Amino acid sequence: MKLLTHNLLSSHVPGLRPGGGFPLRIELGHPSELPPEPVPNYEGDEEFLRRLHHVLLEVEVLEGALQCPDSGRRFPISKGVPNMLLTEDEA
Amino acid sequence: MAGSGRRPEHRGPPELFYDEAEARKYTQNSRVVEIQSQMSERAVELLGLPEDRPCLLLDVGCGSGLSGDYISEEGHYWIGMDISPAMLDVAVEREVEGDLLLADVGHGIPFRPGMFDGCISISAVQWLCNADKKSHSPPKRLYRFFSTLYTALARGSRAVLQLYPENSEQLELITAQAMRAGFTGGMVVDYPNSAKAKKFFLCLFVGTSGTLPKGLGTECASEEPHQAKFTNERTRFRNVKGKSVKKSRDWILEKKERRRRQGKEVRADTKYTGRKRRPHF
Repeated sequence: MKLLTHNLLSSHVPGLRPGGGFPLRIELGHPSELPPEPVPNYEGDEEFLRRLHHVLLEVEVLEGALQCPDSGRRFPISKGVPNMLLTEDEA
Repeated sequence: MAGSGRRPEHRGPPELFYDEAEARKYTQNSRVVEIQSQMSERAVELLGLPEDRPCLLLDVGCGSGLSGDYISEEGHYWIGMDISPAMLDVAVEREVEGDLLLADVGHGIPFRPGMFDGCISISAVQWLCNADKKSHSPPKRLYRFFSTLYTALARGSRAVLQLYPENSEQLELITAQAMRAGFTGGMVVDYPNSAKAKKFFLCLFVGTSGTLPKGLGTECASEEPHQAKFTNERTRFRNVKGKSVKKSRDWILEKKERRRRQGKEVRADTKYTGRKRRPHF
């Protein structure tokens, strides 16, 4: 799953507040190489820019999960394909 | 293909019908590939996308990515949804360009509002009409699908869904739920007179009520039998029976023509025919 697709996804579990299903938090098996917030003067920071380019344009999430910000419900990702199937109770 | 001549939906849910063996057979069958490619081409054509730029499309029931391949060929981007893990595995193996989601579209379309420039679906939507679980209510699932699809599409975009309706009741059920969800549009039927070549494309508009494209292989004269037009216009001023409003100039000219055909003596048609007279008259 490309990060572009992740930008468009939202949880479709009924009963969430409008906009509550977005953005889904990406959980990876290993920690990300990026710091949690952009450092000041990030334009000049070569190392940071290189890592940012890599994450945006060269990374596809293969294994991990997407977590809904409001409900905490997790959608697992396997072989690059997120599993968005809902249980009968949720639907 | 398994049970040709019978409907696959009657044999069980799609995720079980399209198991690993069927998924492989389906994707390697050259006849299937050919037909799916042709229908994808027609569906994308019916989308009426702008010619100058690549668009982002949703492929409902993308399966092993046969329709997605056509979308990529046309230079567009796509995200596909399918309920069969086996079919999606084949798509991953084939390294299709689009991103894939394992999902049941009867649960809804999990995207933020207005994300897609269009949606196509090839041979998938009729699967929503069968209740595969006790808890399933096909009308509810269809409505959930259409209402969330409507939200996920951008204003002015279209959804073109090719499907194999079992009967007219099913067709009506599907179209009714689509209209309830806010879509306008209708059914475009290609080659309506050929049992083999006949194809149904449900053409849905978001926000604008555009003119419905004509079906292929139809004579230009009669459009009404093939297309059911659904719009939000009030039909108050349009005569629903197809006749002219009584006493109008058109009606008078038609009546005179009718009497001429009957052989009666009729005054010539002039610029004074049906002219508005002074109220005093």
